[in-house]
Amino acid sequence: MAPKYHGVDFYAIDSLLSEEERAVRDTVRTWVDGELMPVIGDAYLEGKFPKHLIPGMAELGLFGANLPEEYGCAGLNNVAYGLIMQELERGDSGVRSFASVQGALVMYPIYAFGSDDQKRTWLPQMASGKAIGCFGLTEPDHGSNPAGMITVARETKDGWVLNGAKMWITNGSTAHVAVVWAKTGAPDDSGSIRGFLVPTDTRGFSAKDQKGKLSLRASDTSELVLQDVHLPKDAILPKSGGLKSPLMCLTQARYGISWGALGAAMACYDEAVSYAKNRVMFGKPIGGFQLQQARLAEMLTEITKAQLLVLQLGRLKDQGSMTPQQVSLAKRNNVSMATDVARETRRLLGANGILAEYQAMRHLANLESVYTYEGTHDVHTLVLGQEITGISAFE
Amino acid sequence: MKIAVCIKRVPDSETRVKTAADGKSLDDAGVKFILNPYDEFAVEEALQRKEKAGAGEVVVLALGGPAGQETIRTALAMGADRGILLQTDAVPPDAFVTAQAIAAELKAGGPWDLVFFGKMAIDDYNGAVGPMVAELLDLPCVTAVSHLAIEGATVTADREIEGAVEVVRCALPAVLTTDKGINEPRYPALKGIMAAKKKPLDVKAVALAAGVIEVLEMTPPPARKEGKIVGEGATAVPELVRLLREEAKVL
Repeated sequence: MAPKYHGVDFYAIDSLLSEEERAVRDTVRTWVDGELMPVIGDAYLEGKFPKHLIPGMAELGLFGANLPEEYGCAGLNNVAYGLIMQELERGDSGVRSFASVQGALVMYPIYAFGSDDQKRTWLPQMASGKAIGCFGLTEPDHGSNPAGMITVARETKDGWVLNGAKMWITNGSTAHVAVVWAKTGAPDDSGSIRGFLVPTDTRGFSAKDQKGKLSLRASDTSELVLQDVHLPKDAILPKSGGLKSPLMCLTQARYGISWGALGAAMACYDEAVSYAKNRVMFGKPIGGFQLQQARLAEMLTEITKAQLLVLQLGRLKDQGSMTPQQVSLAKRNNVSMATDVARETRRLLGANGILAEYQAMRHLANLESVYTYEGTHDVHTLVLGQEITGISAFE
Repeated sequence: MKIAVCIKRVPDSETRVKTAADGKSLDDAGVKFILNPYDEFAVEEALQRKEKAGAGEVVVLALGGPAGQETIRTALAMGADRGILLQTDAVPPDAFVTAQAIAAELKAGGPWDLVFFGKMAIDDYNGAVGPMVAELLDLPCVTAVSHLAIEGATVTADREIEGAVEVVRCALPAVLTTDKGINEPRYPALKGIMAAKKKPLDVKAVALAAGVIEVLEMTPPPARKEGKIVGEGATAVPELVRLLREEAKVL
């Protein structure tokens, strides 16, 4: 059995957290130890999301945990929410992705852009895990440039008709409801993008799992096809308007990802330290060699910086002053950092590092997706470039 | 059903503890503290009993420094209704002193249908406060309960003793101390953590009686001696057997 996980706290960052924030972190950490760690290796190899964990996650209150209590959510602040993401991804990026999509990409838009009816119908069901959601923005030919989407919603006498296709949709085949983004106007009018709540049993809606993934294997990723999907008038998210709306959702999710990736890095570092102290080569633990010490020192330094970064980002979010560009910086830095830490851990572990019995290679493979989704590393670079210079490199 | 659960804040068993400069106590610096694991079973059992009864109150009681509030809030987050901290400078080394203070509080706040304790605290391994409190309250006491059945006012409890399970019976009200196996403690849900802030937590400063037990010193166990490699492969076996027989005297 792997030694118990302790987290990483070289700078007494715990002292910057409230008792409640620490309690939330500890309870999720204990849950991950007890429920997720024993099954994640096999789930990953089998290529299946461990669905049996959903009721337990819901009971803990992990879904939409930063949304208000009146909708059955935990009403936590954003730092506590971030810590949940950190602990979940310490287990696996795929499991964190599940929670991110449910909370930040489906519950959040319903909360932010939905009618009272939509909120009352969906949020409590989603908080309790009885309804699962997915978020359809990305299309086969429109990833980094969602403004180019071709999915359309035509208004009819009594509702809407949706046509199009979405790709790389986490939870797509599991979901009971999909938040689908579509253009209600001309093909080049990204201002006409609106969100729609599509129950997945609606005629014309289909979801097919994407096969052959070598990353995020413990997460369902699907392709959605919408063929003459007829929806009632009230399926539209009334307060959504333009590309800005889905981007606001992504800011929420990316915020969680910056914390989540940190968790994956902490898991790898923990594994690296333990391995370095126990693995004996040339008559001493490999942790006694300068090359491995340099690896570990670098990892600890980067993790500590990343911890301070997201904590301050969370405090800004709680104050209401966080900007999307600040989120870009954190997502870009922390995911890239975590990928490096996972890779170095994989290498430090030598041949053992390629086994599913250890975590590093699973995290490394996962993080390659995290590096690409929710705004690729490169796109966030350009977001920052634009923020710094005032000149957009996209146009 | 009115139930009291007496809990203790203890260092996490995974923490590497150091003795303080006085050589008689633990150095708290950098140590993570948790709700004593055996007390977690006690809290869970109390919550389940209340849920089964359909009504009642679970009151959590701790004695110690101000930080005990955090430990009480862990139990409140699990679902207990309110907490009481008997605030002292430290937990006294004499279990009887602790038992007296707890018994006095329980007497004042009673009567109780059940009083739960963990079977012992994982820091001092005393296992004494529960039975002492039972004696002071003149209640029956069953220690190290690994299975519990309550029918009306009758308690039937299993105790895992050496090589057997002992089944004992007593009447309510009673003091029970819980062992591993009695239940699977729940995770404090996030809503519970939020709700815990709003639940009543009384902090009462208490003056403790003078005890009759004194800690003289606290020293870490001696470091394990380095092992010896006798040789490698089958040829080393005779020498290993000889050493085990003649030096270690284990064969």
